[in-house]
Amino acid sequence: MSNSEIKPNSKLDASAKFSDNERLKSQSAHLRGTISTDLTDQLTGGFTADNFQLIRFHGMYQQDDRDIRPERTKQRLEPLHNVMLRARMPGGIIKPHQWLAIDEFAADKTMYGSIRLTTRQTFQFHGVLKPNIKGMHQLLNSVGIDSIATAGDVNRNVLCTTNPVESELHQEAYEWAAKISEHLLPKTKAYAEIWLNGEKTETTAEPILGDTYLPRKFKTTVTIPPNNEVDVHANDLNFVAIADEGKLVGFNVLVGGGLAMTHGDVNTYPRKADDLGFIPLEHTLAVAEHVVSVQRDWGNRVNRKNAKTKYTLDTFGTEAFKAEVENRAGMKFEPSRPYEFTHRGDRFGWVEGIDGKHHLTVFIENGRILDFPDKPLKTGCRKIAEIHKGDFRMTANQNLIIAGVAAEDKAQIEQIAREHGLIDNQHSEQRKNSMACVSLPTCPLAMAEAERYLPELVTKVEELLAKHEVAEENIILRVVGCPNGCGRAMLAEVGFVGKGPGKYNMYLGGNRAGTRIPKLYLENVGEDVFLPALDELIGQWVSERNEDECFGDYVIRKEIVAEVKVSKTDFHA
Amino acid sequence: MLLSQLNAAASPLTHEQLQKLQGLVGELNPIQQAWVSGYLAATANSAALSGIAGQATAGADESAPLTILFGSQTGNAKGVANQIKAQAEARGLTTKLVNMADYKPANLKKEKFLVIAVSTYGEGEPPEDAEALHEFLAGKKAPKLEGVKQAVIGLGDSSYEFFCQTAKDFEARLAALGAEIVVPRADLDVDYEAEAEAWIAQALDALEPALKAQQQAGGGNVISMPFGAPQTAASQYTKQNPFAAELSVVQKITGRNSSKDVRHIEISLEGSDITYQPGDSLGVYFLNDPQEVAAVIDVLKLDKAQTVKIGELTVSLETALIEHLELTQSYPGFVEKYAIATGNEELSALANDKAALRAYIEERQIFDVIKQNPANIEAQALVDCCRKLQARLYSIASSQAEVEEEVHLTVGLVEFDTFGEKHFGGCSGYLANRAEEGTKVKVFSEQNDNFRLPADNATPVIMVGPGTGIAPFRAFLQEREARDAEGENWLFFGNPHFTEDFLYQVEIQKYVKSGLLTHVDLAFSRDQAEKIYVQDRLREKGEAVFAWLEKGAHFYVCGDASRMAKDVHQALIDIIKTHGGKDDEQAEQYLKALRSANRYQKDVY
Repeated sequence: MSNSEIKPNSKLDASAKFSDNERLKSQSAHLRGTISTDLTDQLTGGFTADNFQLIRFHGMYQQDDRDIRPERTKQRLEPLHNVMLRARMPGGIIKPHQWLAIDEFAADKTMYGSIRLTTRQTFQFHGVLKPNIKGMHQLLNSVGIDSIATAGDVNRNVLCTTNPVESELHQEAYEWAAKISEHLLPKTKAYAEIWLNGEKTETTAEPILGDTYLPRKFKTTVTIPPNNEVDVHANDLNFVAIADEGKLVGFNVLVGGGLAMTHGDVNTYPRKADDLGFIPLEHTLAVAEHVVSVQRDWGNRVNRKNAKTKYTLDTFGTEAFKAEVENRAGMKFEPSRPYEFTHRGDRFGWVEGIDGKHHLTVFIENGRILDFPDKPLKTGCRKIAEIHKGDFRMTANQNLIIAGVAAEDKAQIEQIAREHGLIDNQHSEQRKNSMACVSLPTCPLAMAEAERYLPELVTKVEELLAKHEVAEENIILRVVGCPNGCGRAMLAEVGFVGKGPGKYNMYLGGNRAGTRIPKLYLENVGEDVFLPALDELIGQWVSERNEDECFGDYVIRKEIVAEVKVSKTDFHA
Repeated sequence: MLLSQLNAAASPLTHEQLQKLQGLVGELNPIQQAWVSGYLAATANSAALSGIAGQATAGADESAPLTILFGSQTGNAKGVANQIKAQAEARGLTTKLVNMADYKPANLKKEKFLVIAVSTYGEGEPPEDAEALHEFLAGKKAPKLEGVKQAVIGLGDSSYEFFCQTAKDFEARLAALGAEIVVPRADLDVDYEAEAEAWIAQALDALEPALKAQQQAGGGNVISMPFGAPQTAASQYTKQNPFAAELSVVQKITGRNSSKDVRHIEISLEGSDITYQPGDSLGVYFLNDPQEVAAVIDVLKLDKAQTVKIGELTVSLETALIEHLELTQSYPGFVEKYAIATGNEELSALANDKAALRAYIEERQIFDVIKQNPANIEAQALVDCCRKLQARLYSIASSQAEVEEEVHLTVGLVEFDTFGEKHFGGCSGYLANRAEEGTKVKVFSEQNDNFRLPADNATPVIMVGPGTGIAPFRAFLQEREARDAEGENWLFFGNPHFTEDFLYQVEIQKYVKSGLLTHVDLAFSRDQAEKIYVQDRLREKGEAVFAWLEKGAHFYVCGDASRMAKDVHQALIDIIKTHGGKDDEQAEQYLKALRSANRYQKDVY
């Protein structure tokens, strides 16, 4: 189906006008816009009009230092515009020589000097000024990295469980993640043309994504149970690996997860993915392609707040969606195969894979790799990259795995890691199971602090746990600056979603495995309200819980909040 | 003088004319008044050149008048020239007052009595208006001037190395051509007023007998004009009588990581009759840092309450040092006087070694000289060593058509570390660190006819203003916008870093968007490995720059005199050579012609 045939479906308001994003995609000449002209505009450090949105399809967001925005207004200076770049790293695997290149760029050419590991299993540069953007892409290209389609209305970086133990299964799953990523990439050559001085080519058709791309962002994972580190229910499309005697045989396909919502709009809600059934490996790319194509054609292009796959499923029904995918892909889903998620956290420290290689997972608070006063994390990572023969894996929990270390190299790598604070036994379980999105000062959507606030909040929660004599235990705690979902607070046992400076909505009732959506407990409150409330709840949990009952399960069993079973009806009830 | 105070007896107008004028002025708001004032001044200026001066020469055809030539940058020399003229005419002498820029060197042969009032700027350079004549006198075409009587008065600032150099050059060149020096040249410093008056009397005493004898012999009539040269801003507030204006905004306009601290300053002129035009400057008086003053009093073991005299004024030592005397901008005269007053042999030795003295004051403010040379000195003796505190002149960064009764400045804070202490510029330090919004600062406007927008709104303009040199162009742009001027505007701006130092960025973006600014070219010198400056951008756009000049564009430069203005000048020469197919000399001629047509104007410091 070509672009011109895409109409708002009859189930949607046919008289309504497409959102402005649809106009800008259709007028963008396949994501080119006038980005090249903006690059030569000396007057501003930002991108103008449509290009502001279009650079997202090339993996960049225009941001500014919000801390100093009012000050710069007085100085008659424009906001300190810069871009954040999110690399495309399927499965989060990055090689040592690539690491060295990004380490140097982060130090020399970014405002913050850091490498950021993100919940999308990749790294981000924050604070790149316009004159450095082209050079950045060219540098990345020289080491085999790009940032195509890591943002915007496209299929974004494909996640893959990092599980280093079952090394063969991981290798297969990773290869599928990379293949799916390639298969669903935009076909336009705009990226190479604009950033790599590539040859100007004719406008390309977009057979899979469509000439106006997808109605909304689209996220895909390949997951190896029982670890749900990628949080399948935060993603539009998930391939849950089904193995037979350690060999990958196919996937259960989960569609329609997503956590974003809008404050005050009850038509928006976080939603778990539905299991469409099992597919053998040979259908993988076709199913990926046609889940995307059905969402492309059925997704709402009028109202962006109702455009994600999760709403398409609720509008048309999961069965109808599944039937259309089968129809287009020329296959039938088999009944789901059994699998179980038990946890989401990373296994810190050394583990040995079945291939005899060793893997060291290190905790990176907030995913921020920088040389801190007494913790030169960035230097440590660089020194490891200088001698490491395996690879690095960035986890969906913003941590780092130094993977594929031969037995004889373990000691040296461990020594570097210890010397640079990458191994730090002081971190509590609570800290390692807490997460935040980037938020202020760079994210334009942020309403409240998240990353900068998390360390302090964790300390306060640690104190509560200690007070109730469960200091060794933990509650999955996530803080986000806005309700758009980056930090996956809507799959936490205790989730805080920013509403305004110092004010959060507090959600309770997610579980350890990440298979339950939490529910609103306190609205628009500050620490003065939510810390005493948490204190009381932790006290109750410790004295009344069943054996091994986690906090999230406890609050559901005691009906402190109602369980969210069907998001559309239960979440706002 | 206020119009209401005018009466027919004190003005050249008839009673009827005066009534009409008062009636009209009564109806005008301050902006309209400013416009009328400028309009009349411009009309009178051209009349002065073609008519009045012509009348004077016509009346004294056979007998040479007293020709007063001035070369002025900020207007001081012009003011002195006007005084000379007024004094001479009061003695019944025929005079001819001419801006050197408008003087035909061929007329030199006819001169018998020459008085030169000329300033010096930068590294001993003549003001622009004087350049051509200055050069002509040293050239082969210069005529013999035997029998001509000359008197030269120079204006300058002794804190610069080549103090009054241009005046020295003129005197020497005229003398070399045979002119007789009838009175010793005066080299006057920034506080020149009293000495200028004395010199004028002395010079006229020397010239008067011969002039009178000649004029009587020739039967020439004395033409005495009731006014001096026409003044644009006929404000009662002057350098001698500044207006205490309220400082309404002091805002840093460089980013937090900038190496520069530049302030946008807004001052309210409400309650004054001060008007100005884009291109003019504002004189600002300031207070010295009370802490530095206390340190000086302390180190000299003086009593701050001790009364001292400055001219007619009797004040406490502390007040004298804070409000009345120059203690930041150092100059040789201070060291010389202080050395004698304190009997400091080291300083005396230094004072006799020009180069060493120059190097010494280069890195010291007067505060430093005193603090490093404590001595037993009487309060009055200290005061007598100092010269009067001079107002600092800043190019005005606003147009009254836009800001009405405000005046805006763009002030770079002068700051440096030396001798283990933070040092600040006198006036910029006062405005940035000590004056607060609401403080009254004493100001006056200073006319600068050498930096004016084209009268014709259709004429394109090219503005080169890196750093705080942007100031008058902000005024120009406001003015061109208010006038709905259809002429194109092209701005060249530069500074170290785009993110931190793009002065008035948001306003410039707005002007580009609205179409007022046709082009903007930016040179951020430190944003890349190789340094890029405005002159480099000019060269890059050389073809278009030349095309603009060919279609009549005016070219303006504002900012640093010692390097930037010279580099821009050289870039222009290169552009004219490359794109106009000219050799060096022709290119220089091209620029000279532009200058004579007032199409190449500089406001550099």
